[in-house]
Amino acid sequence: MVETHPALNQTFTLDPSHTPWKDRLETLLQTGVRAGADLVEVFLERTDHLGVLAEQERITSVSPSFGMGAGIRVFLGHRDGFVSTNDLSESGLAQALDQALAMLELEHNALQHQRGFEGLLQLRDFGVNKDAWLAQSPELSEITQRLLEGTARLDQIGQHLEVRRGSFSRDWQEVLVAASDGTYARDIRLHQSSGLSVLAADGEHRASIARRFGSSDRPDDLREWDVDAAANEVCSSAATMLHADYVDGGQMPVVLANRFGGVIFHEACGHLLETTQVERGTTPFADQVGQTIANPAVTAIDEGLSTGAFGSLSMDDEGMESERTVLIEKGVLKGFLSDRAGELRTGHARTGSGRRQSHGFAAASRMRNTYIAAGPHSTDELIQSVDRGLYCKSMGGGSVGPTGQFNFSVEEGYIIENGQLGRPVKGATLIGEAKEVMPRISMCANDLDLAAGYCGSVSGSIFVTVGQPHIKVDSITVGGR
Amino acid sequence: MTHTPLNVKELRDQLHALATRDGIRHWDLGASRGMNASVQVDRGEAKQMKAAQRSSITVRVWNEQGLVGVTSTSDLSPGGLDKALKGAYQASSFGNTEDIPGFSPLATAPIPELDRPLKPSQSIQTLLSTLKDVEGELLAKHPAIETVPYNGLSEGNSERIYLNSEGALRHMQRTQASLYLYARAEESGRKPRSGGAVRVALGSADLDLGGCIQEAAERTISHLNYQPIDTGRYLVCFTPEAFLDLLGAFSSMMNARSILDGVSLSSKESLGHQLAVPFFNLHDNGLHPAHVGAAAFDGEGTPTKRLCLIGNGTLENLLHSEATARQFGVHPTGHAGLGAKVSVGPDWFEVSSSKGVSGAASHLDHRNAGDTFVLIESLNALHAGVKASQGAFSLPFDGWLVKDGERISVEAATIAGDIRDVLKGIVHLEPNEVVTHQGVSPHVWVDGLAITGEA
Repeated sequence: MVETHPALNQTFTLDPSHTPWKDRLETLLQTGVRAGADLVEVFLERTDHLGVLAEQERITSVSPSFGMGAGIRVFLGHRDGFVSTNDLSESGLAQALDQALAMLELEHNALQHQRGFEGLLQLRDFGVNKDAWLAQSPELSEITQRLLEGTARLDQIGQHLEVRRGSFSRDWQEVLVAASDGTYARDIRLHQSSGLSVLAADGEHRASIARRFGSSDRPDDLREWDVDAAANEVCSSAATMLHADYVDGGQMPVVLANRFGGVIFHEACGHLLETTQVERGTTPFADQVGQTIANPAVTAIDEGLSTGAFGSLSMDDEGMESERTVLIEKGVLKGFLSDRAGELRTGHARTGSGRRQSHGFAAASRMRNTYIAAGPHSTDELIQSVDRGLYCKSMGGGSVGPTGQFNFSVEEGYIIENGQLGRPVKGATLIGEAKEVMPRISMCANDLDLAAGYCGSVSGSIFVTVGQPHIKVDSITVGGR
Repeated sequence: MTHTPLNVKELRDQLHALATRDGIRHWDLGASRGMNASVQVDRGEAKQMKAAQRSSITVRVWNEQGLVGVTSTSDLSPGGLDKALKGAYQASSFGNTEDIPGFSPLATAPIPELDRPLKPSQSIQTLLSTLKDVEGELLAKHPAIETVPYNGLSEGNSERIYLNSEGALRHMQRTQASLYLYARAEESGRKPRSGGAVRVALGSADLDLGGCIQEAAERTISHLNYQPIDTGRYLVCFTPEAFLDLLGAFSSMMNARSILDGVSLSSKESLGHQLAVPFFNLHDNGLHPAHVGAAAFDGEGTPTKRLCLIGNGTLENLLHSEATARQFGVHPTGHAGLGAKVSVGPDWFEVSSSKGVSGAASHLDHRNAGDTFVLIESLNALHAGVKASQGAFSLPFDGWLVKDGERISVEAATIAGDIRDVLKGIVHLEPNEVVTHQGVSPHVWVDGLAITGEA
């Protein structure tokens, strides 16, 4: 058997029952507090990653990696200093703490403050019963077999396919968080994603289509992956889009499909409801809690609780248990996503949303599973309400800028004419501003569904879920040719 | 902030001993280590101060069947090295039998001398004080500039290593600093507007602070007077930064790895064919004096060099790793990463025009044009709006509509087209080649590109 879980062989562990972490952490926290820090937080992690790529009939890349590290953050007033290191020795961590203290002009040798640090609380161990997850997840031989099944299936049912790819990524992470307010929590996370992609070509016509699926905390996810359904979906889209014309740009109503269509809310509004944006002064919604910011048809949720969803987590990266946060209820802004720094600087209570890619980043308020709630309509009703517009069946990535202008690309689109779906079109990019677009989401269908994605922002790239039912936007700028 | 440099020979000896013990005869290693400090401010106050110490190694081994496996880790201890070596050996069971990378034949060739002196770091408190002053100066430039929501001053040092079981040993160190300022301005009853600037240097004391402040202010202020633009086709002028971004997003056209993978617009037969207008030249030059992040060798130890990709509009060379070069019957070009499947990528583009050959509109000058055109300052969301394998792009942009010499900022618009049409539709390359922090290019004029606006 080929061993492919390097982390399992590591003698280093964050399991507090195996190592004297509590004593070491308490010493560090005590040192920081005595030097005058308001709060000291230590984030430790151990990681194991595996990436596998299949192209056509071959496995072309197997990329395992493993690592460990610490991020130490010190708060003084509204300021903070953050230091990350791969050196987890006692001297390495002490040096990192010294550096963080020095950023705030504190010196640990001074020990002039007799502030209270009463020790860490009882460990909240969210990692219980998760220790076996890494070993339970598929071995390389099983992974490669599944991916090659995928590329073979694409070959069987696809047409004009020049490139067929299957990919798999597994991220295992063990984290231990300790802070001078007594926070002491451990968790184990497992994120897996599998995807298929193709490049179809016929003369001058080309179409590239990709679908990715992801889960959290499900060791058997790849085994349960419906490869045939994924291959069918990819090949169907590729066949449709191969000869599609480029869309004519302009202002028009659009109907956005469920699942990854939720990227519109994520980019247009979700980021603007993170307290990091309140801190920067880059959200137009900073002072609008209790006010109507969206169409009454819109209720929006962010939560970390949905079983198996890519953005779910038992606790955030600051040791707070995950929760459900209502962002918008019937068009009225209810609250923001907040982390420790966000609570300190904006007054919005923490929501278990402090997240980071790794120990190399300080946690920030970030989205988890974010979606618009289901409405009363059928999808047909939405389509039928449009005389001339665009149906966005599949979305690509997007982003939001410092003035709140958002954008995202449409991978698979269809013209809507007289309430009916028409010819496929490609090359559309939707742009707008949240304050203008949110009131224009006038209809929500009853088919809420979620999709896995990655979100890159101030604290790195993290696992998220976007989602929505089919929705109708009355008017938006559709960039095209 | 200092750290002890990696002991390259010790690392080599450790790996050699471990490999010998495990019967692994063919291996190589890439390692890097770095330290970085950065600060952000918010209206005169420190917002966040960060420092990071990072290390990583990637080990490749060739097993008895000649197949390659790889493993990476952030653990540079002997224990970490041992696990990485074992992991790579185990992964080699799944090595690709059809495309096996080897050592670069140039991994022991002389490498170019880079004139990049290592600069001393300043304390993080000095960085903070500098950035507070910089922010204050920028805020004072115009009453509408209320905040600088995205700002950062960082400085760091790093080192890279490549070594292999046949005696190659490369080691380099460098220092680097950067400053970015993105200001936000808002006038009563109008939408917020933003603009920014970036500067890089070998050390923070060498950064052009004044130039960065001035450029960020001018760009931000220039967007205060904005209007929607009519949807239509326009004469377009790309700033050097915008054109280099666009070119970079489609670099797979010149990438041998992408060609072999079938995801490039080019093919093996494209070499020698016209890709752009005859007065267009493109070099990749990782050794350019303004490239502060220059490296003397790539992930496989191949020396960095200046390479002509497009000469007089014709595709002349491709970017290569060892494996792709072998398949094309050429030498590696110094553009490889290190992995089980070796990635290939560009380094630092130089766009220039052929001497004595000009386009159909050589009178055009973005500073003094009587024509109506759209000046594209920057392209956004390239990760989402570029379909490299199709040649298509549809991208939001920041820029101005220039009419009768007056510049009016464009509100919320996209530009769309096909890179092949762009390269063959260039009507003019301005004579002044501008050195930016990401490459060198003149202003580039293209006619008839589709722009969608809100008007």
